[in-house]
Amino acid sequence: MIEFRGVTKQFPDGTVAVAGVDIVVPPRKTTVFVGSSGSGKTTLLRMINRMVDPTAGQVLIDGTDVATLEPVGLRRGIGYVMQNSGLLPHRKVIDNVATVPLLRGEKKAVAHARALELLDTVGLDRSLADKYPSQLSGGQQQRVGVARGLAVDPNILLMDEPFGAVDPIVRAELQQELLRLQGELGKTVVFVTHDIDEAFLLGDQVVIMQHGGQISQAASPAEILANPADDFVADFVGANRGKRALHLTEVDGRRIVVDDDGRPAGVLAS
Amino acid sequence: MNWLWSNLDLVGELMLTHLALSVPAIILSFVISVPIGWIAHRYRWSRGVLLSLCGLLYAIPSLALLIALPIVTGQRTTSPINLVIALTLYGIAVIVRTAADAFDAVEPDVRQSATAIGYSAAGRFWGVELPLAGPVLLSGLRVVIVSTVSLATIGAVIGVQSLGSLFTDGLQRGIQAEIITGIVATMVLAIGLDWASVAIGRMLMPWWRPSAAERRRTLDRVERVDAA
Ligand SMILES: Nc1ncnc2c1ncn2[C@@H]1O[C@H](COP(=O)(O)OP(=O)(O)OP(=O)(O)O)[C@@H](O)[C@H]1O
Ligand SMILES: [Mg+2]
Repeated sequence: MIEFRGVTKQFPDGTVAVAGVDIVVPPRKTTVFVGSSGSGKTTLLRMINRMVDPTAGQVLIDGTDVATLEPVGLRRGIGYVMQNSGLLPHRKVIDNVATVPLLRGEKKAVAHARALELLDTVGLDRSLADKYPSQLSGGQQQRVGVARGLAVDPNILLMDEPFGAVDPIVRAELQQELLRLQGELGKTVVFVTHDIDEAFLLGDQVVIMQHGGQISQAASPAEILANPADDFVADFVGANRGKRALHLTEVDGRRIVVDDDGRPAGVLAS
Repeated sequence: MNWLWSNLDLVGELMLTHLALSVPAIILSFVISVPIGWIAHRYRWSRGVLLSLCGLLYAIPSLALLIALPIVTGQRTTSPINLVIALTLYGIAVIVRTAADAFDAVEPDVRQSATAIGYSAAGRFWGVELPLAGPVLLSGLRVVIVSTVSLATIGAVIGVQSLGSLFTDGLQRGIQAEIITGIVATMVLAIGLDWASVAIGRMLMPWWRPSAAERRRTLDRVERVDAA
């Protein structure tokens, strides 16, 4: 379990990126931070592995204040996946995946064997092991990034817009892979995105952030849709418009569901 | 041509002497410039001062430096050590800005992700920043190689043996072939070392695919230094 207690981050230049955040990230579930650009999602995420230290408040992992933990060791125990994969361009795929186990002093043969298995896990062909990241497609690189994040079998996986830079088809594919993986592995995933659809698809808990680093609502997707906390949330999730505002109408004696623009969305299952 | 055939031994020997002067200076200026460049990259406030100071070295007239250095080092004027030190200083002047650029060129995303997955500061320097700065560092090194090999000939003026001795000797004795041999031998040496540095670079950086743009940039640097 990860707990934010009254967490604030003010950068030296005066920017308040996160303001008084209290939130509990339940274990073995996916929590998604969603909000527009600059709302403090990345800052919040990075306070978990001490890439950023809060200026007030505490971040606790299983009851331990991370401020008391040595950052390098802490980071080696937490998976991290970022946009544009963040792979090391000068190291082969296999070495990228094995990086953290090797940093932790594991034997090379063991780390490589496990890295190959991880390629299977994330749905990559083992023949890619000896390629350099630049020789892979964006989607493949992202998968390698996920494999690297899983390499030390961490309890916590932090993902900062991991699918933000790939095309919509590949993104949909990667989202499904993540759902499958999460079903098998049950990690505590903290996922950052600015795409509300992605948040609703992946999140057990969705945390909606407002500009200035405040939380507007933290709840399950269903609760948020049913009871948006305020107009900002309602507007952000698009509850009043577009493809979420569905109506029933009757066509040739059958009841079908249409969206706000009158486009058919489906039929009502009986 | 006749002069060359009858003096092959001498030319070969001078080439070795010339190498013995240039290679240590090239290596020293590289090894010294990399940390300076890293500091200039890492601590923004130091950048202007460091780069200007190092660049200023280039403005010291070489002859004056060679005459002044023995006073500082306590070595004889004709000692090769003075020349190696002078060449090193000029080498630093040539490469230090490129060294800072080389570290700037490492993608912030890659650096951040290295930190995020648990590289320590030192581990990240050796394992990520230095290798990724490699291609730009190499382009700087190549310029230093060419300029150092060429500059080392000046040793002849103060009595340090090098391929430059062929110029002074040829001039005094009016042997044109000797002067031309000196020029060609210097160029051959420079090209040979340059080629070797690229070969070593490719070996150490198998992931590196020099782009056309990178190759052009190296040429630009060579031309800029030659023009200076
Ligand atoms: N190192 C820093 N120094 C100063 N200000 C910063 C720093 N990092 C982030 N900020 C500011 O803090 C605020 C929140 O940034 P953050 O990166 O957490 O936003 P985000 O929600 O992740 O945005 P995005 O969706 O664009 O990634 C922004 O206003 C940003 O400009
Ligand atoms: Mg962000």
